[in-house]
Amino acid sequence: MITDFEILETMKMFNEQHLDIRTITMGISLMDCAASSVDECCDKIYDKIVRYAHDLVATGEAISKKYGVPIINKRISVTPIAIVAAACNTSDYTPFAKTLDRAAKACGVNFVGGFSALVQKGYTNSDMKLINSIPEALASTDFVCSSINLASTRTGINMDAVGDMGRIIKKTAELTADRDALGCAKLVVFANAPEDNPFMAGAFLGPGEPECVINVGISGPGVVKHAIESVKGADLGTVAETIKKAAFKITRVGELVAREASERLHVPFGIIDLSLAPTPEVGDSVARLLEEFGLETCGTWGTTAALAMLNDAVKKGGIMASSYVGGLSGAFIPVSEDEGMIAAAASGSLKLEKLEAMTCVCSVGLDMIAIPGDTSAETISGIIADEMALGTFNNKTTAVRVIPVPGKGVGDKVEFGGLLGYAPIMEVNKASCADFINRGGRIPAPIHSMRN
Amino acid sequence: MESDKNTAVISVIGKDRVGIIAGVSALLSENNININDISQTILDDIFTMIMLVDLKDNDIENSDIVEKLNALGDELGVTITIQHTDLFNRMHRI
Repeated sequence: MITDFEILETMKMFNEQHLDIRTITMGISLMDCAASSVDECCDKIYDKIVRYAHDLVATGEAISKKYGVPIINKRISVTPIAIVAAACNTSDYTPFAKTLDRAAKACGVNFVGGFSALVQKGYTNSDMKLINSIPEALASTDFVCSSINLASTRTGINMDAVGDMGRIIKKTAELTADRDALGCAKLVVFANAPEDNPFMAGAFLGPGEPECVINVGISGPGVVKHAIESVKGADLGTVAETIKKAAFKITRVGELVAREASERLHVPFGIIDLSLAPTPEVGDSVARLLEEFGLETCGTWGTTAALAMLNDAVKKGGIMASSYVGGLSGAFIPVSEDEGMIAAAASGSLKLEKLEAMTCVCSVGLDMIAIPGDTSAETISGIIADEMALGTFNNKTTAVRVIPVPGKGVGDKVEFGGLLGYAPIMEVNKASCADFINRGGRIPAPIHSMRN
Repeated sequence: MESDKNTAVISVIGKDRVGIIAGVSALLSENNININDISQTILDDIFTMIMLVDLKDNDIENSDIVEKLNALGDELGVTITIQHTDLFNRMHRI
């Protein structure tokens, strides 16, 4: 029998601490949609997505009602389009993005991920075409997200692609300049990209994944913060224990929702992603959670240590709650999507260099960071190269989603709206790294990748 | 962990007044929902009631029970939620 205390604790998590399921993401393989004609390939893609995902939103809403659990997003991830479209006789992949956008709208989901390519070791012709199509594809669609894997621990870093992506990000920003470079908010580059990530903008269904699969991303920074508040002044061992317990409960909700969605949709359950995902709302911030450890402002000394401990304790609690954990599974520290991060960046306490250090111990990387519009393509590539090195050489996932906002500089602010939030423009080191980036080539895989 | 029983937890939280239990019980009875257990406390004038109910053939998502409870909550000036028991079992029991 469940006690009244437990019931009230659960209710508070939902009502006061913003506990929710961040996303149910249906992965759909598009491998069988290849065709030599663009129109035929697009028709197949549209039909397949709508056939598999037409009930996704309604199912999410029914589960949400049954358990009184808010499920914020229902999304779709697909096979990287660079693989699906490889057989087509075309050099412009924008029509595929438009097809994904149409299918997403028909299904009622709010994002579709998979306008992607995996180029960690080199380009296929199709990868090159996809990457060159990104600016136009993101400017002419609403819900399509694009991700490129540039590096992995097993292959090293494709520096030619790192150089290209600096230019592509700049061009994407220019084409969506009227919307504060919103296109860049839908574009992320990875090292060691997970193939089962349910979160955007990086979701795609990797080549090793099944035909169709349900992956669920949880949330809950508010719940963890509240748990830490209850042990004010206690030593860090106690804090770790407290976080683990909260993470266990949060993950169990995710597991319940994932299992039920999988059953109702007759689609296998893939993984739970144990990431603490913030929103711009007050009370739903990872930065505020870190401050609860005893930091005056996120970004000050001690932030990396607190984040490392938080990330580890969340995983330890979560791993017990679900047998299938995957995706990114680590705390997210996007700037624009987190009220506390925004405040810390605006106050000058949180700088780009500190964020880079923080990405060594959490999942995502330099995420949703607005930078001056006059930042050069080579400097953006330099930012990417450093982040790729962190991921590649530390055997973890890292990513970069920066937004060079045309016409804006340090001191200005950008507003993306909704879950994407708003952000102050952050200062970028102005010394040039152009000669380094222009060398191109491939940074060899680190020695510890030789495991066999 | 999920039980075969189709049960739910209804919680009512708000300022105490006459007729809360009567109102909720009447609504449940009209909808053929049986009350298995009920507990209630008043702390600092905040009324908290937790009911364990047997939904029988009803299910939460395909009926309008959530809407009806919300409407009643508005009328009584309290917050009423209904959640399937599996949620609590999942979160609090290994």
